[in-house]
Amino acid sequence: MPEANPGMHVSDIAHLARIDLTSEETALFQSQLDQILHYVEQLNELDVGGVEPTAHAIPVYNVLRKDEIGQSLDRDAVIANAPAATGGQIRVPKIIDQ
Amino acid sequence: MADLHKLTIAELSEKLAVGECTSVEIVNDVLAAIDATDGKVGAYLTIDRSSALEQARAADAARAAGKKNPMLGIPVAIKDLLNVKGQSCTCASKILEGYVAPYDATVIAKLRAAGAVLLGRVNMDEFAMGSSTENSALGQTRNPWNLGHVPGGSSGGSAASVASDEAIASLGSDTGGSIRQPAAFCGCVGVKPTYGRVSRYGLTAFASSLDQIGPITKTVKDSAILLEAICGHDKLDSSSIEMDVPAFGKNLTGETSLVGMKLGLPKEYFVEGMDPEVEKAVRDAVAHCKSLGAEIVEVSLPNSKYAIAVYYIIATAEASANLARFDGIRYGLRVDGKDPIELYGKTRAAGFGSEVKRRIILGTYVLSSGYYDAYYLKAQKVRTLIRDDFTAAFKQCDAILAPVTPTAAYKLGEKTDDPLKMYLDDILTTPVNLAGNCALSLPCGFSSGGLPIGLQIIGDAFAEETILKVGHAYEQTTEWHTRKPEIS
Repeated sequence: MPEANPGMHVSDIAHLARIDLTSEETALFQSQLDQILHYVEQLNELDVGGVEPTAHAIPVYNVLRKDEIGQSLDRDAVIANAPAATGGQIRVPKIIDQ
Repeated sequence: MADLHKLTIAELSEKLAVGECTSVEIVNDVLAAIDATDGKVGAYLTIDRSSALEQARAADAARAAGKKNPMLGIPVAIKDLLNVKGQSCTCASKILEGYVAPYDATVIAKLRAAGAVLLGRVNMDEFAMGSSTENSALGQTRNPWNLGHVPGGSSGGSAASVASDEAIASLGSDTGGSIRQPAAFCGCVGVKPTYGRVSRYGLTAFASSLDQIGPITKTVKDSAILLEAICGHDKLDSSSIEMDVPAFGKNLTGETSLVGMKLGLPKEYFVEGMDPEVEKAVRDAVAHCKSLGAEIVEVSLPNSKYAIAVYYIIATAEASANLARFDGIRYGLRVDGKDPIELYGKTRAAGFGSEVKRRIILGTYVLSSGYYDAYYLKAQKVRTLIRDDFTAAFKQCDAILAPVTPTAAYKLGEKTDDPLKMYLDDILTTPVNLAGNCALSLPCGFSSGGLPIGLQIIGDAFAEETILKVGHAYEQTTEWHTRKPEIS
């Protein structure tokens, strides 16, 4: 684990996470998250060589099901939740410039 | 009014069965209690009165037609992150304003099938991220035992509604203690079921490898009844286990002996900074269990002290992925931008509160290229060590006794400026989520300030019957659960 979190720049990470932060938020989160990352450095005390990671707590793997046609959600109810929709489709800003 | 709102599921179920009351009468009493006290407590976000009464009439009609179920006609408050078809589901966040659930969560479908009345939606920390319900974007919930104190969280509305008799029972969710801690703070009973016991389909995901839905109730028996109603394998949740559901409710018969039961006391769980009143109440509860015939053995969970560090890496990592879906495209809030990237950034800036933003950023960082091995993978390995501790402990005992929290409920605003301080309070509950096993919280005393103190009974994976049995025996022979707050 890196010692003093040299890589943790809140503004860069917030961009990756697609959250626009104000400069006040950026400064506040930087100090709070530095403190939290410093706290989690205690895990460096442990030797975890040879320890298997636990991704989830129960021994269930690759649950397969039959590929059967089932009941889907009601399309109108789903589309009604969209912030913008037209003709039974969700409207979004233009993605590709021509 | 007939004070039906003050009764338990078990008591009301008996009255309903012999025709001493109707579901409509119960719902009317509960609605009157909400009118009388929720202005002070603030447990509810929305109440659909006409729908609740309609469901109650349907339950009464079903009973007249011969239907029997212990949940039939019982009003239940629902934490605002469970999807109920046709209702809002905001997760106490501005980003889900206007969203109407187009489907029922599996636990909701099961409650409907049992004939329970879905009464309304209760407050929580935004997206279940918090320990005091102060992170709700939609309102403040107060502790019914002292309105200047927090109800706990994230299922704070659930616990406050049950403690103030504004609901007979409630469904909450527990990712790092979010059922057990508010239950302890409000003097209720709460169960975090074993991971895989209850389907998560329709639960708005926070940390998928940790989240479980469970009951918050007035008694252990009620938790058993409600738990039984929501358990079971679900093909819509591939992490739910194919396993028979025990008759949790029926199996609790008033037995008060714990002879033959070995209860472990983890020496590491009486942590530095623990309130002496909490420690005394829990140690008294341990002595009480011994007087009921249990053998007390010391156990060790040495890696639990790393649980907060592990939890806040794993939970935030999973949250950063799960909450990517709130992007302003398909539902909820949208703040327009010139292209989708700008739209996402503006929407998420306006829609998420501070704690949610902080956790998404932390989670994004620990998963980012170059840091994954150092943080996320390492945390998963330490998670294995925490789990191995429990496996070893349960070779020596049938269940583990511990405090739920280091202190009783604290004052509103006391910890909101210091996220790390708030996180550290989860030290006694997060290990159970990381290990995946089950635990129960029930009242075991009061602080000198009149606030409830909780006892945690931790069980092995799928050992809900054991922890319910221990909790039931304790509850039958103590009176803490019978006390009611004077809301003023």
